[in-house]
Amino acid sequence: MKKIVKSFYDYLDERLHLEDLVHFMGKKYVPVHAHSIWYYFGGVSLFFFIVQVTTGILLLFYYKAGPDLAFESIQYIMSKVQFGWLIRSIHGWAANLFILSAVIHMFSVYFEKAYRKPRELTWISGMLMLFLGMGFGFSGYLLPWNELSFFATKVGSDIAGAVPIVGESMKILMRGGPDVTGATLSRLFGFHVALFPGIFTVVLGIHLLLIQRQGISEPMHFEHLEQKEKKTMPFFPNFLLRDLLLWLVMLNLLAILAVFFPAELGHKADAFGSAPAGIKPEWYFLFMFQSLKYLPAHIIFIEGEVLGILLFGAAFALWLIVPFWDRKSARGEKNRLITYLGIFAIMFIIVLTILGWVA
Amino acid sequence: MSDLDSNQNRRSFLKYLLSTSIVGFLASVLYPVISYLNPPKQNEVEVSSVLAGKISDFEKDSGKIIRFGNKPVIVIRTEKDEFKALSAVCTHLDCTVQYKKELGLIWCACHNGKYDLTGKNVSGPPPRPLEVYKINKQGENIFVSKKA
Repeated sequence: MKKIVKSFYDYLDERLHLEDLVHFMGKKYVPVHAHSIWYYFGGVSLFFFIVQVTTGILLLFYYKAGPDLAFESIQYIMSKVQFGWLIRSIHGWAANLFILSAVIHMFSVYFEKAYRKPRELTWISGMLMLFLGMGFGFSGYLLPWNELSFFATKVGSDIAGAVPIVGESMKILMRGGPDVTGATLSRLFGFHVALFPGIFTVVLGIHLLLIQRQGISEPMHFEHLEQKEKKTMPFFPNFLLRDLLLWLVMLNLLAILAVFFPAELGHKADAFGSAPAGIKPEWYFLFMFQSLKYLPAHIIFIEGEVLGILLFGAAFALWLIVPFWDRKSARGEKNRLITYLGIFAIMFIIVLTILGWVA
Repeated sequence: MSDLDSNQNRRSFLKYLLSTSIVGFLASVLYPVISYLNPPKQNEVEVSSVLAGKISDFEKDSGKIIRFGNKPVIVIRTEKDEFKALSAVCTHLDCTVQYKKELGLIWCACHNGKYDLTGKNVSGPPPRPLEVYKINKQGENIFVSKKA
């Protein structure tokens, strides 16, 4: 067996010069320090993305988009197809866990200021993937065509419609018409299974390439240490094996969640029914949803809703370009303002999410 | 003009030609794609009046959503046996409202918006009142029509 593997390796090596690659991988190190645990969440997010692609492809074999077919096809997957309930539940749970681990990854990079020069583009590509992840969540939410998803999509696309100037055309583009109908379902299905995965894969490729090219970010205090004082761990195989072990733990967690808390289906959407009580978006949109609830109808001369959307938009834009305005971190100095802003953002998100949850 | 100058001129002319044709090319590809994504306007069936049902279809102190063209309209039979018809689309974020018996108000479950039975937004985030429709009783039948 060893001989076969060796001769296969030699065959590839002769053609592709694998030596260089092996040499490159052997030189990769991961810094070891008090906050090393946070390095794992990027890998965990990647794992959940792989799970999403796999289970998503499996669901495609039975799912049918269309207002007369979507709900029924998911009913069929849940009740007739062998392990259909498991695949759908894993897809639902992994979606949530993907967002959660990506958000943890994002905040850990933020607090470590790992976005500072020269890693601005890695940060931007990561944020793009987080936004795309939310887009996946929003578009996938409608696909079961149930009451909850129907009204959540109405509200979500109407919020987009409130954006000044471009809002109305964005809404029409999203809905495929003035109202949420079968046309919206076709569109969001296209976004969910073709457009977003395509863009995501390209951005992910760039993100991983940048990490390979620049190496893993060192914490700021490493800059004042001598080379021999820096504790590190080889990426291959030490870090990779730990990563894989964590992936295995996550797979178990997914299985437990999917089995004990399977995805629900609810009632089929009815365009001429009233919105049910207790309608809520996915938890990661809840803090925005809840904040919009507290805004009065009018603030001075502007609609409360519009003002809220503009404020959130400005906050997200500032967050996205933080590597470009946080000049202090780029110079290797401590920037407490960034840390306080981050703590404020986390507190704001947690408090409003809880308020939205219990409301 | 020297050879060098004329070469430079030719080069910059070609550069200009190439870059404008790239822009032209992108525009000729993107324009049809963007137009394709913009859904065609469908001629909405102009509805001026619909039959909402018989008086006996509506319980006292309750509301029912009916289809008015492709828009939902809420028809309410009040405690005092009056009929009211209003647009069922919440002016806040497009959810479909319902009649809340306990409050005697129209309520939107999405963001807790409330309207009184004249359609006026009385609490919560809705920025505008609901559009009011006309009710016509013809014998046992209830007709809903747009206000002129």
